[in-house]
Amino acid sequence: MGRVTRLFRAAPAYPLLLPGMLWLAVFFVVPMYYLLDMSTRTGNLIDGFAQTYSFSNYTDAITQNQAQLVRSLVYAGSATLLAFLIAYPLAYAIAFRGGRYKNFLLVLVIAPFFTNYLIRTLAWETILADHGIVTHTLKTLHVLSVTDALGLTSGERLLATPLAVIAGITYNYLPFMTLPLYVSLEKIDKRLLEAALDLYANRIKAFFRITMPLSLPGIFAGTLLTFIPAIGDYINAYLLGSTQTTMIGNVIQSKFLTFNDYPSAAALSFTLMAGILVAIIVYARLLGTEELA
Amino acid sequence: MTTEAEFPAAALEPVTDTTTVRPPSRFWAKVRYHVLTVYAALAFLYLLIPIAVVIVFSFNDPPGRFNFTWHKFSTAAWQHPFATPGIQDAVVLSIKIALLSTLISTVLGTLIALALTRYRFWGRSLTNFVIFLPMATPEIVMGSSLLTLFITLSFSRGFTTILIAHVMFNISYVVVTVKARMAGFDRKLEEAAMDLYANAFTTFRKITLPLIMPGVMAAALLAFALSIDDFVITQFNAGPDITFPLFIYGAARTGVPVQVNVIGSMIFLSAVLLMVINLIVQNRRSKRDAIASRGAVRAAQVAEAA
Repeated sequence: MGRVTRLFRAAPAYPLLLPGMLWLAVFFVVPMYYLLDMSTRTGNLIDGFAQTYSFSNYTDAITQNQAQLVRSLVYAGSATLLAFLIAYPLAYAIAFRGGRYKNFLLVLVIAPFFTNYLIRTLAWETILADHGIVTHTLKTLHVLSVTDALGLTSGERLLATPLAVIAGITYNYLPFMTLPLYVSLEKIDKRLLEAALDLYANRIKAFFRITMPLSLPGIFAGTLLTFIPAIGDYINAYLLGSTQTTMIGNVIQSKFLTFNDYPSAAALSFTLMAGILVAIIVYARLLGTEELA
Repeated sequence: MTTEAEFPAAALEPVTDTTTVRPPSRFWAKVRYHVLTVYAALAFLYLLIPIAVVIVFSFNDPPGRFNFTWHKFSTAAWQHPFATPGIQDAVVLSIKIALLSTLISTVLGTLIALALTRYRFWGRSLTNFVIFLPMATPEIVMGSSLLTLFITLSFSRGFTTILIAHVMFNISYVVVTVKARMAGFDRKLEEAAMDLYANAFTTFRKITLPLIMPGVMAAALLAFALSIDDFVITQFNAGPDITFPLFIYGAARTGVPVQVNVIGSMIFLSAVLLMVINLIVQNRRSKRDAIASRGAVRAAQVAEAA
């Protein structure tokens, strides 16, 4: 009885859901099936691709592109870490010191989003250019020789090096890191910190026992929102990198759009998706954040 | 858990030696304060310098094909922003797609958000999960899977497929934005309207819609911004069509014309303008809303009591 009335009451929800969810089902969920289906096919563009359940597509694609896979992990990981180190103090400063300028400061944080992604990245190409101020300054300070020794840059260049690609990714996804951190820091009840200080915790202890744990949901969301797009990114590697810095996104893109090697590209794409899902689950367990959305 | 257990213990512990509790050092407090401020200022600089570079170099007269080194001040590109062949068509296509996809995704997403916030229905958590997924999927996976669908079904790529893709990735963001705005929504207002013999449609038009409108507007702005900026999913599904971001990509290796900086600056400045207007309108409206809803809640309470 109760269940029936509840169902009856909820009935108006379905027509509201239908058009949007249908769109997502047909153009997001179903394509995932087609991607999986394509990933085990064999053939070529002229004769067509036949389903042969060739699971070796996966092993082949992964072994052949091991370097790019590892590189994507390392670049996306470093960029996420760098973005966190920049964004946490920034978000903290806005949340705790912003006062009445909070909204204005947040607009400044998302301002880079108002220009096109590619234009932003091209601006970095200008900034890091071979005879630019940045390259010149770092050269004079002998920073470039240190990064060269570490394998981050090569010779007296910044462009076309791993450092440029990582810097580009960090920059492009920084707002994704800053906003969730800000939201969780802003919510913290300042009286908790006062209570901790009253109870003779010093500021460092108060930070690690109160502020940091309470901002964990923001850290979780921010790192995921940065890492996920970063690992599939190919624009930074294309514009700021060289053939020595190609990431897995570049491989998928060229296989799909240049070489028409759909099965192999689909296998890599699906591997990326599956890897990310597993990573999210493990990460959620580690941080103990059950609520995702 | 542990902190809760430790608190009473710490509180019970008598503070025997007050001299060990040093008064906070003024000097270090000041240093700490300024270190954070300087750090935040540097972070803002890092965020904004590339934008400044884009705008400054839109006034450049580059010596060669590449607009990387400063040569000479010129307003030529601003006077003729569409002088480069192909750029006008690309911008027009981008705007068309952005407007259409914003319209469709805002309607579809708002309906979903309404269903999610006001009904407890079977399949609710599945719906939430499906909404969450596109935001957790790298663009390249979404782009390539959609392309695989179109390839397998031999569906030719162009305007329609770009539009389909843009609506697809926009829906989730619209749902999340509208939902966030509806979190503080007071159902009592609708009940009051119903009690006062308004029918469902009138209630929606007079009460629900005006209250969720700021959220819907914010969602539409976000959808427009995401659409006009999108490169990855578009590249996979555009076929021969060229949007503005695709135009830039195509020009990147052979030298990006100054006009790209001009249009980039224009988009940036109009977005800033829209943002400012939105902030002002919202401020004004929230003040008005606060007054109006206080009155309405009181009316509802009176109605309930009666």
